[in-house]
Amino acid sequence: MDIQSLVAVTSIFIGGLTIAIGSIGPALGEGRALAEALRSIAQQPDESGTIVRTLFVGLAMIESTAIYCFVVSMIVIFANPFWNQVVEQATR
Amino acid sequence: MDMTDISPDEVVVWKWGFVHLNATILWTWAVMAVMAVGSWWITRRLSSGPEISRWQNLLEVIVGYTRDQIRQISRQAAGPYLPFIGTLFLFIAVCNALAVVPGYVPPTASLSTTAALAICVFVAVPVYGVMDQGVGGFLKDYVEPSVVMLPFNLIGEFSRTLAMAVRLFGNVMSGTKIAAILLAIAPLFFPILMQALGLMTGLIQAYIFAVLATVYIASGQEAAGQAEPSDQEAASTGEPRSES
Repeated sequence: MDIQSLVAVTSIFIGGLTIAIGSIGPALGEGRALAEALRSIAQQPDESGTIVRTLFVGLAMIESTAIYCFVVSMIVIFANPFWNQVVEQATR
Repeated sequence: MDMTDISPDEVVVWKWGFVHLNATILWTWAVMAVMAVGSWWITRRLSSGPEISRWQNLLEVIVGYTRDQIRQISRQAAGPYLPFIGTLFLFIAVCNALAVVPGYVPPTASLSTTAALAICVFVAVPVYGVMDQGVGGFLKDYVEPSVVMLPFNLIGEFSRTLAMAVRLFGNVMSGTKIAAILLAIAPLFFPILMQALGLMTGLIQAYIFAVLATVYIASGQEAAGQAEPSDQEAASTGEPRSES
Protein backbone atom coordinates (compact mmCIF):
# COMPACT_ATOMS: atom_id res chain seq x y z
CA MET A 1 0.00 0.00 0.00
CA ASP A 2 1.50 3.34 -0.98
CA ILE A 3 1.65 6.24 1.44
CA GLN A 4 -1.22 8.12 -0.20
CA SER A 5 -3.80 5.40 0.29
CA LEU A 6 -2.41 4.74 3.77
CA VAL A 7 -3.19 8.33 4.74
CA ALA A 8 -6.64 8.10 3.12
CA VAL A 9 -7.50 4.86 4.93
CA THR A 10 -6.25 6.17 8.27
CA SER A 11 -8.17 9.45 7.86
CA ILE A 12 -11.48 7.78 7.11
CA PHE A 13 -11.02 5.17 9.83
CA ILE A 14 -10.09 7.74 12.47
CA GLY A 15 -12.86 10.09 11.32
CA GLY A 16 -15.47 7.41 11.88
CA LEU A 17 -13.92 6.34 15.16
CA THR A 18 -13.78 9.93 16.45
CA ILE A 19 -17.46 10.64 15.96
CA ALA A 20 -18.46 7.14 17.13
CA ILE A 21 -16.58 7.24 20.42
CA GLY A 22 -17.10 10.96 20.89
CA SER A 23 -20.88 10.74 20.73
CA ILE A 24 -21.19 8.06 23.45
CA GLY A 25 -20.50 10.36 26.39
CA PRO A 26 -22.70 13.29 25.31
CA ALA A 27 -25.54 10.90 24.43
CA LEU A 28 -25.51 9.38 27.91
CA GLY A 29 -25.19 12.81 29.49
CA GLU A 30 -28.02 14.33 27.46
CA GLY A 31 -30.28 11.41 28.27
CA ARG A 32 -29.61 11.84 31.96
CA ALA A 33 -30.17 15.59 31.81
CA LEU A 34 -33.43 15.16 29.92
CA ALA A 35 -34.69 12.52 32.35
CA GLU A 36 -33.90 14.74 35.33
CA ALA A 37 -35.59 17.71 33.67
CA LEU A 38 -38.73 15.67 32.94
CA ARG A 39 -38.82 14.53 36.55
CA SER A 40 -38.47 18.11 37.76
CA ILE A 41 -41.27 19.28 35.44
CA ALA A 42 -43.49 16.46 36.71
CA GLN A 43 -42.80 17.55 40.28
CA GLN A 44 -43.09 21.29 39.67
CA PRO A 45 -45.08 22.06 36.51
CA ASP A 46 -45.20 25.77 37.39
CA GLU A 47 -41.45 26.09 36.94
CA SER A 48 -41.41 24.40 33.54
CA GLY A 49 -40.39 27.61 31.72
CA THR A 50 -37.23 28.03 33.75
CA ILE A 51 -36.45 24.32 33.68
CA VAL A 52 -36.82 24.03 29.90
CA ARG A 53 -34.68 27.12 29.34
CA THR A 54 -31.92 25.82 31.60
CA LEU A 55 -32.26 22.40 29.98
CA PHE A 56 -31.69 23.85 26.51
CA VAL A 57 -28.62 25.75 27.59
CA GLY A 58 -27.26 22.73 29.44
CA LEU A 59 -27.92 20.42 26.51
CA ALA A 60 -26.04 22.82 24.25
CA MET A 61 -23.11 22.76 26.65
CA ILE A 62 -23.11 18.95 26.79
CA GLU A 63 -23.60 18.67 23.07
CA SER A 64 -20.60 20.84 22.33
CA THR A 65 -18.23 17.98 23.19
CA ALA A 66 -19.87 15.89 20.49
CA ILE A 67 -19.70 18.87 18.16
CA TYR A 68 -15.96 19.15 18.77
CA CYS A 69 -15.58 15.51 17.78
CA PHE A 70 -17.68 16.14 14.67
CA VAL A 71 -15.56 19.13 13.69
CA VAL A 72 -12.37 17.14 14.20
CA SER A 73 -13.65 14.24 12.08
CA MET A 74 -14.77 16.67 9.35
CA ILE A 75 -11.31 18.25 9.35
CA VAL A 76 -9.67 14.84 9.21
CA ILE A 77 -11.82 13.71 6.28
CA PHE A 78 -12.38 16.84 4.19
CA ALA A 79 -9.56 19.20 5.19
CA ASN A 80 -6.76 16.89 6.19
CA PRO A 81 -3.67 19.06 6.81
CA PHE A 82 -1.30 16.28 5.69
CA TRP A 83 -3.09 15.47 2.46
CA ASN A 84 -1.44 18.09 0.22
CA GLN A 85 1.95 17.22 1.63
CA VAL A 86 1.47 13.53 0.88
CA VAL A 87 0.18 14.19 -2.64
CA GLU A 88 3.17 16.44 -3.26
CA GLN A 89 5.53 13.70 -2.13
CA ALA A 90 3.78 11.08 -4.25
CA THR A 91 3.88 13.12 -7.45
CA ARG A 92 7.49 14.21 -7.01
CA MET B 1 -21.85 24.50 -0.90
CA ASP B 2 -20.16 21.46 -2.34
CA MET B 3 -19.72 18.23 -0.45
CA THR B 4 -15.97 18.63 -0.06
CA ASP B 5 -16.08 22.25 1.11
CA ILE B 6 -15.77 22.44 4.87
CA SER B 7 -16.86 26.08 5.06
CA PRO B 8 -18.41 28.70 2.75
CA ASP B 9 -15.08 30.54 2.90
CA GLU B 10 -13.86 28.18 0.20
CA VAL B 11 -16.74 28.92 -2.18
CA VAL B 12 -15.45 31.80 -4.29
CA VAL B 13 -18.34 33.58 -5.95
CA TRP B 14 -16.46 36.32 -7.78
CA LYS B 15 -12.80 36.92 -8.40
CA TRP B 16 -11.00 40.06 -9.59
CA GLY B 17 -7.24 40.16 -9.28
CA PHE B 18 -6.35 39.40 -5.71
CA VAL B 19 -9.87 40.28 -4.50
CA HIS B 20 -11.84 37.14 -3.75
CA LEU B 21 -15.50 37.47 -2.86
CA ASN B 22 -16.44 34.30 -1.04
CA ALA B 23 -19.89 33.08 -0.10
CA THR B 24 -19.48 34.05 3.56
CA ILE B 25 -18.98 37.75 2.80
CA LEU B 26 -21.68 37.79 0.15
CA TRP B 27 -24.38 36.21 2.28
CA THR B 28 -23.39 38.10 5.44
CA TRP B 29 -23.95 41.35 3.58
CA ALA B 30 -27.15 40.00 2.09
CA VAL B 31 -28.48 39.13 5.54
CA MET B 32 -27.41 42.53 6.87
CA ALA B 33 -29.15 44.24 3.96
CA VAL B 34 -32.34 42.23 4.43
CA MET B 35 -32.46 43.03 8.15
CA ALA B 36 -31.56 46.73 7.79
CA VAL B 37 -33.90 47.43 4.89
CA GLY B 38 -36.63 45.34 6.48
CA SER B 39 -36.53 47.19 9.78
CA TRP B 40 -36.27 50.57 8.01
CA TRP B 41 -39.33 49.70 5.92
CA ILE B 42 -41.32 48.54 8.95
CA THR B 43 -40.38 51.43 11.24
CA ARG B 44 -41.06 54.01 8.51
CA ARG B 45 -44.61 54.53 9.69
CA LEU B 46 -45.00 53.56 13.31
CA SER B 47 -48.17 54.25 15.19
CA SER B 48 -48.72 54.45 18.90
CA GLY B 49 -52.46 54.09 18.63
CA PRO B 50 -54.50 50.92 18.97
CA GLU B 51 -54.33 50.28 15.21
CA ILE B 52 -50.89 48.96 14.31
CA SER B 53 -49.69 47.23 11.18
CA ARG B 54 -48.98 43.54 11.40
CA TRP B 55 -45.24 44.06 10.79
CA GLN B 56 -44.99 46.56 13.63
CA ASN B 57 -46.77 43.99 15.76
CA LEU B 58 -44.16 41.40 14.78
CA LEU B 59 -41.26 43.64 15.75
CA GLU B 60 -42.94 44.62 19.01
CA VAL B 61 -43.41 40.98 19.90
CA ILE B 62 -39.76 40.21 19.13
CA VAL B 63 -38.41 43.16 21.12
CA GLY B 64 -40.77 42.60 24.03
CA TYR B 65 -40.00 38.92 24.25
CA THR B 66 -36.25 39.57 24.04
CA ARG B 67 -36.46 42.09 26.89
CA ASP B 68 -38.43 39.62 28.93
CA GLN B 69 -35.96 36.80 28.39
CA ILE B 70 -32.93 39.00 29.13
CA ARG B 71 -34.49 40.21 32.35
CA GLN B 72 -35.35 36.71 33.48
CA ILE B 73 -31.92 35.29 32.67
CA SER B 74 -29.69 38.12 33.88
CA ARG B 75 -32.04 39.06 36.73
CA GLN B 76 -31.38 42.72 35.94
CA ALA B 77 -33.13 45.43 33.95
CA ALA B 78 -32.88 44.54 30.27
CA GLY B 79 -32.24 48.07 28.98
CA PRO B 80 -28.45 48.18 28.50
CA TYR B 81 -28.18 44.64 27.15
CA LEU B 82 -31.02 44.72 24.66
CA PRO B 83 -29.16 46.25 21.69
CA PHE B 84 -26.20 43.87 21.88
CA ILE B 85 -27.97 40.63 22.77
CA GLY B 86 -30.89 41.34 20.47
CA THR B 87 -28.56 42.04 17.55
CA LEU B 88 -26.66 38.80 18.14
CA PHE B 89 -29.84 36.78 18.37
CA LEU B 90 -31.56 38.32 15.35
CA PHE B 91 -28.47 38.10 13.14
CA ILE B 92 -27.81 34.44 13.93
CA ALA B 93 -31.49 33.53 13.75
CA VAL B 94 -31.96 35.17 10.35
CA CYS B 95 -28.71 33.65 9.07
CA ASN B 96 -29.83 30.16 10.07
CA ALA B 97 -33.49 30.51 9.15
CA LEU B 98 -32.74 31.63 5.59
CA ALA B 99 -31.13 28.21 5.01
CA VAL B 100 -34.42 27.09 3.40
CA VAL B 101 -33.74 29.43 0.47
CA PRO B 102 -32.15 27.39 -2.35
CA GLY B 103 -28.57 28.37 -3.11
CA TYR B 104 -28.13 30.16 0.18
CA VAL B 105 -25.24 29.17 2.42
CA PRO B 106 -25.52 30.24 6.06
CA PRO B 107 -22.60 32.56 6.92
CA THR B 108 -22.64 31.02 10.39
CA ALA B 109 -21.40 27.77 8.82
CA SER B 110 -18.02 29.50 8.57
CA LEU B 111 -15.69 29.56 11.54
CA SER B 112 -14.68 33.14 10.66
CA THR B 113 -18.19 34.49 11.25
CA THR B 114 -18.78 32.60 14.47
CA ALA B 115 -15.33 33.52 15.79
CA ALA B 116 -16.08 37.18 15.08
CA LEU B 117 -19.38 36.93 16.95
CA ALA B 118 -17.72 35.16 19.89
CA ILE B 119 -14.97 37.81 20.01
CA CYS B 120 -17.71 40.47 20.17
CA VAL B 121 -19.00 38.75 23.31
CA PHE B 122 -15.44 38.41 24.62
CA VAL B 123 -14.98 42.18 24.28
CA ALA B 124 -18.45 43.02 25.54
CA VAL B 125 -17.97 41.25 28.88
CA PRO B 126 -15.23 43.63 30.16
CA VAL B 127 -16.91 46.64 28.55
CA TYR B 128 -20.20 46.04 30.37
CA GLY B 129 -18.36 45.03 33.53
CA VAL B 130 -16.26 48.21 33.63
CA MET B 131 -19.30 50.34 32.79
CA ASP B 132 -21.12 48.84 35.75
CA GLN B 133 -18.55 48.62 38.54
CA GLY B 134 -15.41 50.41 37.33
CA VAL B 135 -12.02 49.01 36.35
CA GLY B 136 -10.98 47.99 39.87
CA GLY B 137 -14.24 46.31 40.72
CA PHE B 138 -14.27 44.38 37.48
CA LEU B 139 -10.66 43.20 37.80
CA LYS B 140 -11.33 42.15 41.39
CA ASP B 141 -13.69 39.46 40.07
CA TYR B 142 -10.70 37.65 38.58
CA VAL B 143 -8.92 37.19 41.91
CA GLU B 144 -12.01 35.92 43.72
CA PRO B 145 -11.94 33.89 45.93
CA SER B 146 -8.12 33.95 45.97
CA VAL B 147 -5.22 34.97 43.72
CA VAL B 148 -4.57 31.29 42.95
CA MET B 149 -7.70 31.29 40.80
CA LEU B 150 -6.46 34.06 38.50
CA PRO B 151 -4.98 31.83 35.75
CA PHE B 152 -8.00 29.56 35.81
CA ASN B 153 -10.36 32.49 35.45
CA LEU B 154 -8.35 33.80 32.52
CA ILE B 155 -8.24 30.38 30.85
CA GLY B 156 -11.98 30.07 31.37
CA GLU B 157 -12.50 33.42 29.69
CA PHE B 158 -10.64 32.28 26.56
CA SER B 159 -11.94 28.73 26.44
CA ARG B 160 -15.58 29.77 26.65
CA THR B 161 -15.04 32.15 23.74
CA LEU B 162 -13.55 29.29 21.72
CA ALA B 163 -16.38 26.99 22.79
CA MET B 164 -19.04 29.50 21.69
CA ALA B 165 -17.44 29.91 18.27
CA VAL B 166 -16.93 26.20 17.63
CA ARG B 167 -20.37 25.25 18.96
CA LEU B 168 -22.27 27.52 16.60
CA PHE B 169 -19.97 26.68 13.68
CA GLY B 170 -20.21 22.93 14.28
CA ASN B 171 -23.97 22.89 14.60
CA VAL B 172 -24.70 24.94 11.49
CA MET B 173 -21.93 23.31 9.45
CA SER B 174 -23.15 19.83 10.38
CA GLY B 175 -26.63 20.76 9.16
CA THR B 176 -25.46 21.92 5.74
CA LYS B 177 -22.95 19.08 5.46
CA ILE B 178 -25.50 16.40 6.26
CA ALA B 179 -27.92 17.92 3.76
CA ALA B 180 -25.19 17.81 1.10
CA ILE B 181 -24.27 14.20 1.89
CA LEU B 182 -27.91 13.08 1.88
CA LEU B 183 -28.49 14.83 -1.46
CA ALA B 184 -25.76 12.61 -2.85
CA ILE B 185 -27.11 9.32 -1.52
CA ALA B 186 -30.90 9.76 -1.03
CA PRO B 187 -32.00 12.85 -2.95
CA LEU B 188 -35.78 12.29 -3.04
CA PHE B 189 -37.43 13.19 0.24
CA PHE B 190 -35.08 12.67 3.15
CA PRO B 191 -32.98 15.87 2.78
CA ILE B 192 -36.12 17.96 3.37
CA LEU B 193 -36.61 16.36 6.76
CA MET B 194 -33.00 17.02 7.68
CA GLN B 195 -33.36 20.63 6.48
CA ALA B 196 -36.36 21.03 8.78
CA LEU B 197 -34.32 19.59 11.64
CA GLY B 198 -31.47 21.95 10.73
CA LEU B 199 -33.91 24.88 10.82
CA MET B 200 -34.89 23.96 14.38
CA THR B 201 -31.27 23.42 15.41
CA GLY B 202 -30.31 26.78 13.92
CA LEU B 203 -32.96 28.71 15.85
CA ILE B 204 -32.12 26.87 19.08
CA GLN B 205 -28.44 27.65 18.56
CA ALA B 206 -29.24 31.32 18.01
CA TYR B 207 -31.20 31.31 21.26
CA ILE B 208 -28.41 29.52 23.10
CA PHE B 209 -25.76 31.91 21.78
CA ALA B 210 -27.80 34.86 23.02
CA VAL B 211 -28.48 33.20 26.39
CA LEU B 212 -24.82 32.39 26.93
CA ALA B 213 -23.80 35.93 25.99
CA THR B 214 -26.32 37.25 28.51
CA VAL B 215 -25.08 34.90 31.21
CA TYR B 216 -21.43 35.81 30.61
CA ILE B 217 -22.11 39.54 30.58
CA ALA B 218 -24.37 39.37 33.62
CA SER B 219 -21.78 37.38 35.57
CA GLY B 220 -19.40 40.33 35.28
CA GLN B 221 -21.90 42.70 36.87
CA GLU B 222 -22.05 43.85 40.44
CA ALA B 223 -25.67 42.92 40.87
CA ALA B 224 -25.11 39.34 39.72
CA GLY B 225 -27.03 36.87 41.84
CA GLN B 226 -29.42 39.40 43.33
CA ALA B 227 -33.16 39.13 43.14
CA GLU B 228 -35.03 39.66 39.91
CA PRO B 229 -36.30 43.22 39.46
CA SER B 230 -39.79 43.55 40.84
CA ASP B 231 -42.96 43.90 38.81
CA GLN B 232 -43.14 47.54 39.71
CA GLU B 233 -39.77 48.30 38.18
CA ALA B 234 -40.66 46.33 35.09
CA ALA B 235 -43.93 48.22 34.79
CA SER B 236 -42.24 51.60 35.21
CA THR B 237 -39.95 50.96 32.24
CA GLY B 238 -42.94 49.99 30.17
CA GLU B 239 -41.95 46.39 29.59
CA PRO B 240 -44.57 43.76 28.99
CA ARG B 241 -44.61 41.12 31.66
CA SER B 242 -45.62 37.63 30.74
CA GLU B 243 -45.35 34.33 32.49
CA SER B 244 -43.67 31.86 30.19
